[in-house]
Amino acid sequence: MKYVIIGTGVAGIAAVEAIRSVDAEGEITVIGDDPHGYYSRPGLAYFLTGELPDKQLFPQMADAFRKLRFHYLKGYVTRILPEAHRLEMQTAASSKQSSAVTSVSYDRLLLAVGSRAHPLTIPGAQLPGVVKLDHLDDARSILKLARRGKTAVVVGGGITALEIVEGLLARGVKVHYLLRGDRYWNNVLDEHESKIVEHRLKEEGVELHYHAEAVEIQGRKNVSAIKLLDGRVLKCDIVAYAIGIEPKLELATSAGLAVDRGILVNQFMQTNVQDIFAAGDVAQAYDPRTGRSVLDSLWTPAREQGRAAGLNMAGMQVEYIKSAPFNVTRLAGLTTTIIGVVGHGRDEDIVGIARGDSETWRSLPDAIVAQSGFDINHLRLIIGQKALLGAILMGDQKLSAPLQRMIEDRVDISPIRQKLMTPNAPISDIVAEYWIDWRAQHTS
Amino acid sequence: MAFKDIFGKSSTRREVLASGHVVPDPARCVQCGICSYNCPIEIDVRAHVWRGEAITHSDCLTCGECVARCPRGVLHFEHTDLFVRRPQ
Repeated sequence: MKYVIIGTGVAGIAAVEAIRSVDAEGEITVIGDDPHGYYSRPGLAYFLTGELPDKQLFPQMADAFRKLRFHYLKGYVTRILPEAHRLEMQTAASSKQSSAVTSVSYDRLLLAVGSRAHPLTIPGAQLPGVVKLDHLDDARSILKLARRGKTAVVVGGGITALEIVEGLLARGVKVHYLLRGDRYWNNVLDEHESKIVEHRLKEEGVELHYHAEAVEIQGRKNVSAIKLLDGRVLKCDIVAYAIGIEPKLELATSAGLAVDRGILVNQFMQTNVQDIFAAGDVAQAYDPRTGRSVLDSLWTPAREQGRAAGLNMAGMQVEYIKSAPFNVTRLAGLTTTIIGVVGHGRDEDIVGIARGDSETWRSLPDAIVAQSGFDINHLRLIIGQKALLGAILMGDQKLSAPLQRMIEDRVDISPIRQKLMTPNAPISDIVAEYWIDWRAQHTS
Repeated sequence: MAFKDIFGKSSTRREVLASGHVVPDPARCVQCGICSYNCPIEIDVRAHVWRGEAITHSDCLTCGECVARCPRGVLHFEHTDLFVRRPQ
């Protein structure tokens, strides 16, 4: 059996591991055009703040990779020919000769090509000094600019925009942050939570601009200013943007695969074309619990999807069961856990989906919200009929793991539901006590 | 910050030094490597987490540096039954 995997991210690596766990003989080829191969993309945030050197982002997997016995072809795939079970690619070496194309045949193919930053298209967006945070080279560019830059303007929303803000602050750059609406991340956070984050950003010295839409980046050789819709002009030498990501769909579309916002796959991570699978940021995965197909841009779902795809490519029948999407991140230095369904609607600062994001977080059904806490110890619970549907936890993280489990396992909360809904109820304590009892009963 | 706050209700550091080890929740991990980077004796904690294994490395001091530094709460202390005298 010949397996070909396009993409060197976590979904691709997980697929290789899964295939090798059940097929010792098959020939596995991994094709990737990322100059850095496999590394922790979420870790870039900690590289920007100076908590990690960049070389630390690469897991030491040399031994593990040797044991997996796969071929690695550096280059990019130009075309997939599904009927011939073959693809065409330009290898890194042959790309110097523009006509050199290598043909690779496959029995099973996985597309784990990921996503890229949604481009900023306003005039001046091509000027040196305009940056995004897609991969390691972008992070290095941001740090290089921060060494001589004094003032930055950050455009966009979600986690990535704040990762850039925090990185620039840590390097001593003055930061302006533009928000199109009246608050930060309005379709995941509630008003109070947005306020908490904005307040902390201001305390860190960030200048927030509400109802601010960038229309033009000005400068001759480099960025010198950004012009807003209302006519204001902010002087700056760096413009960083994080306005969402888009799955890389070109290969899939040209090969005739069914796509929506991502490549559509069934619960076995199969596309509509025989022997072609998709996983990770590029896949729009079917969720049997809701009957809908959604995009996640998160490390763990990518790994789980890659694993399921790999096993199924090797002839198993393993369903990908979508977990309650979960992320722990720092928003303005405040550790925040987001689990399950917590918001709804769209955020003007992001086109589609951002990094470290899940569409599920925004599918808030009719449910009751309970809140408690002030400023840095904040908990919001989304209470369904029998189980918790979602939670946001800011500051104190003691309940992060218990809530993850309660939401994922749909733990029956009937005994405490009324208590949780009482006005001003100490919901953290109620959940903690209930969890301790529940765990004692279910682990003995 | 008190150790009690870091370790929550699972175990205190002193107890763990005598009879426990560091255990991961791989679903929370993004393989950033802050744990391995901060390990004073250079155990590759991240690799253990990838494999879903407890940090049973014989050199592990259970110093708690990786537990405290992980920005995503992946690691916590747990008792090892091996050294704990069970009540009769």
